[in-house]
Amino acid sequence: MNVIEKLFEYPQYSIPFEEKTNFLLKELNNLTAYHYEKCVPYQNIIKTIYHNNYGNSKNLSEIPFFPVRLFKNIELKSIPDSDVLKTLTSSGTTSMQVSKIFIDRETSLLQTKALASIVTSFIGNKRLPMIIIDSETSLGTASGMSARGAGLVGLSNFGRNHFYALDGNMQLKIKELLEFSEKHSGEKILIFGFTFMVWQNFLEELKKNNIKLNLDGYLIHSGGWKKLTEIAVSNEIFKEKIQEQTGISKIHNFYGMVEQVGSIYMECEQGYFHSPNFSEIILRSFDLKPSNIIGKEGIIQTLSVLPKSYPGHSILTEDLGIIHGIDDCKCGRKGVYFTISGRIPKAELRGCSDVYALAG
Amino acid sequence: MNIEKLSSAFSNVLGLNGDKITDDLSYGSLGWDSVAHMKIIAAIEDSFDIMLETEDVIDMSSFKKAKEILTKYGIAF
Repeated sequence: MNVIEKLFEYPQYSIPFEEKTNFLLKELNNLTAYHYEKCVPYQNIIKTIYHNNYGNSKNLSEIPFFPVRLFKNIELKSIPDSDVLKTLTSSGTTSMQVSKIFIDRETSLLQTKALASIVTSFIGNKRLPMIIIDSETSLGTASGMSARGAGLVGLSNFGRNHFYALDGNMQLKIKELLEFSEKHSGEKILIFGFTFMVWQNFLEELKKNNIKLNLDGYLIHSGGWKKLTEIAVSNEIFKEKIQEQTGISKIHNFYGMVEQVGSIYMECEQGYFHSPNFSEIILRSFDLKPSNIIGKEGIIQTLSVLPKSYPGHSILTEDLGIIHGIDDCKCGRKGVYFTISGRIPKAELRGCSDVYALAG
Repeated sequence: MNIEKLSSAFSNVLGLNGDKITDDLSYGSLGWDSVAHMKIIAAIEDSFDIMLETEDVIDMSSFKKAKEILTKYGIAF
């Protein structure tokens, strides 16, 4: 059984940290060597920044990495064009350039399977009637899909009787929503949406119209807190208000990115993100040295064993996080657990830009 | 009979002639992408009046595989 098969075989969050690290180290070394062979721009990065030292890292922090924004500047792929099944793009709201991630059939299937393994460990294997807080028009086409569309389609696998709660103008379809909740009353349901839209286009609308729903089930959401921080909504307030207005009490945020679809970090009942079997985070200080000190803030680097069609197995994000512990979360899940504390301030990006300048 | 039902669930969603729906048809070809996948699953559930589990939705990566999975739900081919 190869490493990836093993990581699928073990129940999620059941592998003690050290044992999991050994699995990941082996596979990430393999992946680095694989992409070195298959992707010339990646090979150039390894040659320039890492002096061709790759494939034999002894620690996860030694695995070569590069800043995530590199995907905006160069096309990184380890497959021939004819094997590209779909191209995922970042939403690109703050920048004109968008990341392009090239997915083939193999990587796509791995991502789907990994996501299922993670999410079903929270909500079970039964597909639930599902409300999607978005418009069906946001899906796009699968061949050219935005991060948002990819998230919607990916999560849709866990639901049935999908109801897109927003119309083309992003207005809540109140009448249909009430019909849906009537039809499925007494059943567990699943709601998915992007965090800010769940707040603004769903919750605020329900409040405005004095509608309290009596739903049972799960809300899974993602997309970051930036806009909610601006209006002073914390995770605690978010959960409290959702429960008050909809009845839903099992609320899970997840941390994920279009550059590493599938191996997402789900929030547990204690409010911490957990590293699943397939991925890990490392924190770095602003000089990019590893800084995995519990309780200390650092730049998040994400490692994932899933990216096979593009060299995205080790990337430095622009997010800041804090690791709160390893293997001992009160929720019972093993592994690293952490919170996100914000984005890198613009001025501090220089450290990363240096790496980027080298890579270019 | 069941094979025709399954075949037409695929051909309707993918907009293909029935003769294109063979055991070799697999995810990633002839328009069978992630969006089409959801529609195929819904069409199969409607035609056979069953509810597939998440694992089976994920595993259904070819027409041949679809037949195998449906067998578990008591549908014979």
